[in-house]
Amino acid sequence: MNVFLVDRRDFLRLGLAAGTGLVLGVRLAGAADDAAPAAVTPDVFVRIGEDDTVTVIVKHIEFGQGTFTGLPTVVAEELDCDWSRVRAVGAPADPARYANLNWGGAQGTGGSSSMNNAYTQMRRAGATARAMLVAAAARAWQVRPGEITVHRGVLRHAASGREARFGEFAAAARAEAVPKNVALKDPADFVYIGHDLPRLDIPAKSDGSAVYTQDFRLPGMLTALVAHPRRFGAGVARVDDAAARAVDGVVEVLTLPSGVAVVARDFWTARKGREALAVEWDETKACRRSSDDILDQYRTLAAQPGLVARADGDAAGALAAAATTLDADYEFPYLAHAAMEPMNAVARFENGALEMWYGVQGQSLDLGNLSRALDIAPERITLNMLYAGGSFGRRSHFASDYAVEAARIAQALPGRAVKLVWTREDDLRAGAYRPLNLHRVRGGLDTAGNVLAWHHRIVGQSIRAGLPKPPPADQVDHTCVEGASNFTYAIPHVRVESHQPTLDIPVLWWRSVGHTHTAFAVETFLDELAHAAGRDPLALRRELLTDDPRRRAVLDLAAEKAGWGEALPAGRGRGLAVHHSFKTWVAEVAEVTVADDGSFQVDRVVVAVDCGVAINPSIVRAQMQGGVGYALSALLGEAVTLVDGVAQQDNFDTYPLLRCSQMPEVEVHIVPSREHPSGVGEPAVPPLAPAVGNAIFAATGKRLRRLPFTTAA
Amino acid sequence: MARLTVNTVDHDVASSPDTPLLWVLRDELGLTGTKYACGKALCGACTVFVDGSPVRACVTPLAAVGRRPVTTIEGADSRVAEAVRRAWIELEVAQCGYCQSGQVMSAIALLEGNPNPDAAAVDRAMDGNLCRCATYARIRRAVRRAAELLA
Ligand code: FES
Ligand code: FES
Repeated sequence: MNVFLVDRRDFLRLGLAAGTGLVLGVRLAGAADDAAPAAVTPDVFVRIGEDDTVTVIVKHIEFGQGTFTGLPTVVAEELDCDWSRVRAVGAPADPARYANLNWGGAQGTGGSSSMNNAYTQMRRAGATARAMLVAAAARAWQVRPGEITVHRGVLRHAASGREARFGEFAAAARAEAVPKNVALKDPADFVYIGHDLPRLDIPAKSDGSAVYTQDFRLPGMLTALVAHPRRFGAGVARVDDAAARAVDGVVEVLTLPSGVAVVARDFWTARKGREALAVEWDETKACRRSSDDILDQYRTLAAQPGLVARADGDAAGALAAAATTLDADYEFPYLAHAAMEPMNAVARFENGALEMWYGVQGQSLDLGNLSRALDIAPERITLNMLYAGGSFGRRSHFASDYAVEAARIAQALPGRAVKLVWTREDDLRAGAYRPLNLHRVRGGLDTAGNVLAWHHRIVGQSIRAGLPKPPPADQVDHTCVEGASNFTYAIPHVRVESHQPTLDIPVLWWRSVGHTHTAFAVETFLDELAHAAGRDPLALRRELLTDDPRRRAVLDLAAEKAGWGEALPAGRGRGLAVHHSFKTWVAEVAEVTVADDGSFQVDRVVVAVDCGVAINPSIVRAQMQGGVGYALSALLGEAVTLVDGVAQQDNFDTYPLLRCSQMPEVEVHIVPSREHPSGVGEPAVPPLAPAVGNAIFAATGKRLRRLPFTTAA
Repeated sequence: MARLTVNTVDHDVASSPDTPLLWVLRDELGLTGTKYACGKALCGACTVFVDGSPVRACVTPLAAVGRRPVTTIEGADSRVAEAVRRAWIELEVAQCGYCQSGQVMSAIALLEGNPNPDAAAVDRAMDGNLCRCATYARIRRAVRRAAELLA
């Protein structure tokens, strides 16, 4: 019996090629016999145990954003099971079954797309499993399926008074045909979606029992640390490892493309061994750039035309004719993800096959990179997903840097499990930064103060240039301009250009990607134009949002809840910003207090969010709070500064993160919606910095255009 | 071999005396609730109690602990610890969760010494514990909730 709608081949053809999300991989495993054909094991999305346990296999990593609760919620809703019996487990790396439906055939988590891509798929998975349980019960009771009701994991036939738990029919349901079409619920009948179901990962994350890569152990496991060069592009010229090998407990020293690995019985021994290494680096191809020089170069580039990302009307002509023009440069440093758990991975290579356990975020990327690095077929690679202590984009690395490093070490020590641990210093110096960016914007107003023209040049490295198959260099990388190239303010003449210089500094997506800087430039410059025109920043935005009702609605909601327009005492200011990213609209109003010496604090942030159906409002609020804090952290003090190719920051003393006392009160208002759900992990980040900058301006009259804001004086 | 008391159990540990307590706990004793995140007493993820006082295990050599009893998140079971854990679950503080062992330990330490901290005292006590997910709003509320549970 085949409980899949389609087999693997058909699945590829129908599900992925058509992009329909037609993935009814429901398998109702009951008893021990799981002798299904290889193509249909392991179970895909739902397993129901004879003990009533509902196991949802989650294809997206849990690194704080709530996937291990959100996706199971959707399954549970349509399945009508008992939430207290639901468990979540991470899916294996298997792009044929677990692709991100927004990404063609690739498996991975990112772009705040987990719920957005999987919502309908998970609903169908739940509804299909339910239908098969009902069919099995109907067969056993000899009644019509339509007469059976399901409530919280119990099947009932009212007329005959019969009832059974899901577990009693878990085995029988496997024999039922997979229905081709299943009815999905009317959202008005939702009992789980839209409610604050308790997060499944919270208890283990409150008592220290949750297992992260850092905590994962295998018998006989060794620990590896790698001495990395200080400069990108440097390699190992010569190693004297005698002293390292003499450290009691050091098992092996290996030269890798990325550095020199010391493998030892535990972390502290490996660290001693690493300190005992004498490595001479080959720096002939090393990066010797400095952030200041890069910024100077970018200023020169900003004076020249770039690739055209947007051209509405005739911005140059309109600016020449404008009554008033305004110019601004905005500057953004390199930023590190600095996930609390530094990068790490456990790997074991045995009989030509690789198995790994780690916070795998980009399964397809990693499978490709690992397969190339080790020269083995992807089919010989098993990747097991563990909780990650944050990522913010870092674990979805183009070259799978830390995963490949771990795998190479394991390959050199066949049969031994090895845990690669990056220290915080390794983590912060390894690059994959949010790119340094310069924005140059010129705007024009007519005599009545209407915004006529907007000319915007963005200079920054292309993130997508680092992809295994990079887009052509003469094309605009949308991650450089997203948020600027598509803003919906009704300005007749808009031109957005992009310079994407190629630099030997590795860059990567960082929570909200291009929006991290474009939103700041757009929402700050709009504020500057409003003040230049003598207009209220809210009124001007409302007027320009003639054709974007959802953006206008979050703006209005945030402004109303924040008391926009109400007077504030001297030294305090209020600022707002609104942005659309990852299919979600977020408006934020920040209130700040600025002291005479220019020190400032953000007192309160009011957030309004429209993310379609809010599956779990508590998680949505948490992501809004966390996004505000993450963005505020960058605003207050984060910057990776390169001097002669060397990152000047390598731990939290020089790369300061937001602290408890700096966290503002955050009020979150969710727009009620029946629209398809969209992302919440990233969209709270972009509006925060411009809202705070605009609030500081309101308090002091001083415009801050360079991130981070070390002082408002 | 040194003798080390962790969560009321005595262990003979083979780690060298200069080994930070963090790695003795994690690598030798398998108590992985206590986390590594900076290794330099900059983030609080490795917070444990030595003789009842919070210390950063990443910079505390085994030799410096001596015979003083160590309590980790796994062994924190006082009335205050139970209240803190309950509040943390009730308010769903954790996101990625990686910093939370340290947060919980710092909250326990605060409430053991001050059962009714005001907002400023909470911020002061929790300021050494970094959370990259910025769960601070809920941390504050959870500390206050734990205080309520204890009242
Ligand atoms: S790991 Fe000890 S304080 Fe950060
Ligand atoms: S919950 Fe992720 S670092 Fe605190």
